[in-house]
Amino acid sequence: MKKTAAAGNRGTGVRSDCYVTLELKKSGGLEIRLESKVKPLFGDSIIDLCREVLTFFGIEHATVDIEDMGALPYMIAARLEAAVRRLIDTDRRFMMEVIPQNRYETKKDRYRRSRLYLPGNTPKLALNAGIHQPDGIILDLEDSVAPDKKFEAAIMVRNALCRIDFYGAERMVRINQLPAGLDDLEEVIPCHVNLILLPKCESADQVVQVDDQIQAVKNAHKQEYPVYIMPIIESALGVLRAFEIASASPNVVALAIGLEDYTADLGCPRTREGRESFFARSMLVNAARAAGIQAIDSVFSDVSDMEALKNTVLESKSLGFDGMGCIHPRQIRVIHEAFAPGQAELSKALKIVAAFREAEEKGLGVVSLGSKMIDPPVVKRALRIVDMAEKMGIEIQDAEKQS
Amino acid sequence: MNNTFTKNAVGRMIPAEINGKPVIPFKGVGKHRPEGRKTAPMIATCADYPSDGDKRVAGLKEALVKAGIQNGMTISTHHHFRNGDLVANEVFRIASELGIRDLVWFPSASFPCHEPIIGYMEDGTIHHIEGSMNGPLGRFTSRGKMKGVGVLRSHGGRYQAVQDGDVHIDIAVIAAPTADPFGNANGVTGSSACGLLGFALADSQYADRVIVVTDNLVPFPCIPWQIQGNYVDYVVEMDQIGVPEKIVSGTTQVTKSPDRLYIAELTAQFCEEAGLIREGFSFQAGAGGTSLSIGIYFAEIMRRNGIKARFARGGSNKYLVDMLEEGLVEYILDGQTFDLDGVRSMRDNPRHVNTSPFTSYNYHGKGNFAGIVDIVILGATEVDVNYNANVVTHSDGYLLHGIGGWQNCLFSKNVILPIPLFRDRVPVIRDEVTTICGPGELIDIIVTERGIAINPRRKDLIEKMKGSKLPIKTIGQLKEEAEAICGVPKPAAFTEKVIAAVKWVDGTVIDVVRQVREDA
Repeated sequence: MKKTAAAGNRGTGVRSDCYVTLELKKSGGLEIRLESKVKPLFGDSIIDLCREVLTFFGIEHATVDIEDMGALPYMIAARLEAAVRRLIDTDRRFMMEVIPQNRYETKKDRYRRSRLYLPGNTPKLALNAGIHQPDGIILDLEDSVAPDKKFEAAIMVRNALCRIDFYGAERMVRINQLPAGLDDLEEVIPCHVNLILLPKCESADQVVQVDDQIQAVKNAHKQEYPVYIMPIIESALGVLRAFEIASASPNVVALAIGLEDYTADLGCPRTREGRESFFARSMLVNAARAAGIQAIDSVFSDVSDMEALKNTVLESKSLGFDGMGCIHPRQIRVIHEAFAPGQAELSKALKIVAAFREAEEKGLGVVSLGSKMIDPPVVKRALRIVDMAEKMGIEIQDAEKQS
Repeated sequence: MNNTFTKNAVGRMIPAEINGKPVIPFKGVGKHRPEGRKTAPMIATCADYPSDGDKRVAGLKEALVKAGIQNGMTISTHHHFRNGDLVANEVFRIASELGIRDLVWFPSASFPCHEPIIGYMEDGTIHHIEGSMNGPLGRFTSRGKMKGVGVLRSHGGRYQAVQDGDVHIDIAVIAAPTADPFGNANGVTGSSACGLLGFALADSQYADRVIVVTDNLVPFPCIPWQIQGNYVDYVVEMDQIGVPEKIVSGTTQVTKSPDRLYIAELTAQFCEEAGLIREGFSFQAGAGGTSLSIGIYFAEIMRRNGIKARFARGGSNKYLVDMLEEGLVEYILDGQTFDLDGVRSMRDNPRHVNTSPFTSYNYHGKGNFAGIVDIVILGATEVDVNYNANVVTHSDGYLLHGIGGWQNCLFSKNVILPIPLFRDRVPVIRDEVTTICGPGELIDIIVTERGIAINPRRKDLIEKMKGSKLPIKTIGQLKEEAEAICGVPKPAAFTEKVIAAVKWVDGTVIDVVRQVREDA
């Protein structure tokens, strides 16, 4: 049996993380050695925490070396747990309490304009992600995590879900491709996660597998909060099957598209104009709308070009998308503003909503504005625009003045 | 040590003597009344100096010997060359070679390039430092290895100490990017150009002997003469006095950190909503990445609303110069230049004015500029729940930074500290700061990425911000938020030994720093 294992990150540029080396022994009790820039301030509490984790896993004799770069307790616990579970076979999990701020549920049709990708094994990036107020954050276990780090990343993501306050953002996890992704679910579902992104989805069956596994883990932990699914379509086959994927489960709330992999699958370069992906994007919007769910566009990868990002978002909105991925917090506001209703759009929507309310009050079955009849879907869209404007704090009086 | 300690006005225990000299504990802002007359240098006669005005001597060693260097003297240097200074180390290398002992180094600030000074403290050449102890020098001092007690002063406090006679400079060594044989000197030309020489003004006026060192000698007259040759005893030519790329470190880049940008944005939004950015206002922002971004956000707000600032206080850099040239700012009153754009602007633009700690910061003068400034943006390593702040030590107790102009700037009308709520698990907001450098009554607003706290004394600002969508919180709430994330840190552990004193702007002692207990 292996006697030593390690987990975590170290080296220049690593902050808010630690590197743990664990060696199991036959005798001698627990010896914990700590190197840390915060040792005078937190040294005792770090050592106490390590003892608690080791004791939880029934380890009585071991040496632990911790190189700490200002990691928070949940990060240290995740690293140590990863090292322990590399050495001993156990079903136990050192679960930390989910902070009260994170025990919220999200709605199926909430806004998903922006969702910020956070590499699952780089804890410092997750720490302040919520302050930038994205609609959602994605703790990623897939492409941003190196294959040999997947195991420890899942534990890190699980603890982050429990302990980091994301200030109301929808808390999402992108699991690995199936079947590995099913193991990820066991780790993250008990932490009040709101939504699971299923990458490289190509069939309704994959969605069903994920849905079943989510339900199984929730049952095992006696939990009832909703966990939604957002399949990511990243291949030609996936695009053609978009509708069956979108309608595979009532828990699917949105379809997302991943254009890097999709264009690679087509065998053509991804261009800024995006003609090569026009069909796929339209298909996705159609499939999503047919299934009554949201359509979410790919990420825009040049984080320094805000003007180009804005143009991309406006195009995305015009195709019918509801949101987009972000890979940098600075993209969030540009995306929100570009998805926001324009002043003309808003003032028209306000008039329609006013007419609708008036018709409701008078008990009229038909909404009319001036001499024009307004169809129910137009009312529905107008209500949505006004609602979004209110949530985004757009000055509605100003819009009225303009009209 | 039979030193007795008394509690000062901010509750810190202050020894009766430091380095054998009596000290006055801090009494409260504006409470200490200076008495008597300023100090004065010896009367000189030009009959003692070459009638042709050529004060050149063969080298720095000759100059120091002619200046009468002796054991126990105080030698001053300035820090306009920042991390590119080659002169201070050379002064003490020569002193060490001459077998001189127990000198006091009196720099206007120290930098990591001064690490060799540690060697001269170990070999007994230097007894202690009065100025700042940054990085390696601070660590050395915090370990109790300096022979005497370090004394930290603000830029204005340094001028005050010299003019009041608290510090007597025996020999001032002034590195000058350009000078003439008479000793006139400036910082705007030459390969070591650093902009201005304001930090050396007091030294030139009050030191017994003044040596100007240059690597760009020009024939008389050296114009402009920021330092006047009439104060200068000797002029020395050296091959190189500074490392240009470390003097003006290229343009400091605006931060790319989204969290810092967010703090900068919140700060600018706060200033706009509170009505602080208005026609004819004035501001001072530092040179760090966050401060630069605040300047850029200020510029956007000013452009959008058609507002002009009457003046900005430097540290100047490209971004401030751009605002001057765009007409957003009418004058830059500059204390130091951080990049080549700043140097060029100061040289060529009459609206870019050089200032000194005398005009800007000296508390014992007939007014100073600091109080006229509307908004000042400063940093801190720690702030306590009473808004007292620390800039010299870290939470682990180590002395790592100088005060700079920080204390002096606290007299601005609105003092804003944009700081992250925690750094690598170390909460910035504490029940008590490790070292008090500035009293909370002078600090108005703390801006963190998780909320903005307004000092309860500023009822006007609290009133103005009612109904704002900005995340206004109490400082207690911010502290709790930080501790919920990081945990509650243990206070730093110290021995009884005092290793440095922190002076307030009026020469009283606001706090002392003790030796770090490394076994803790």
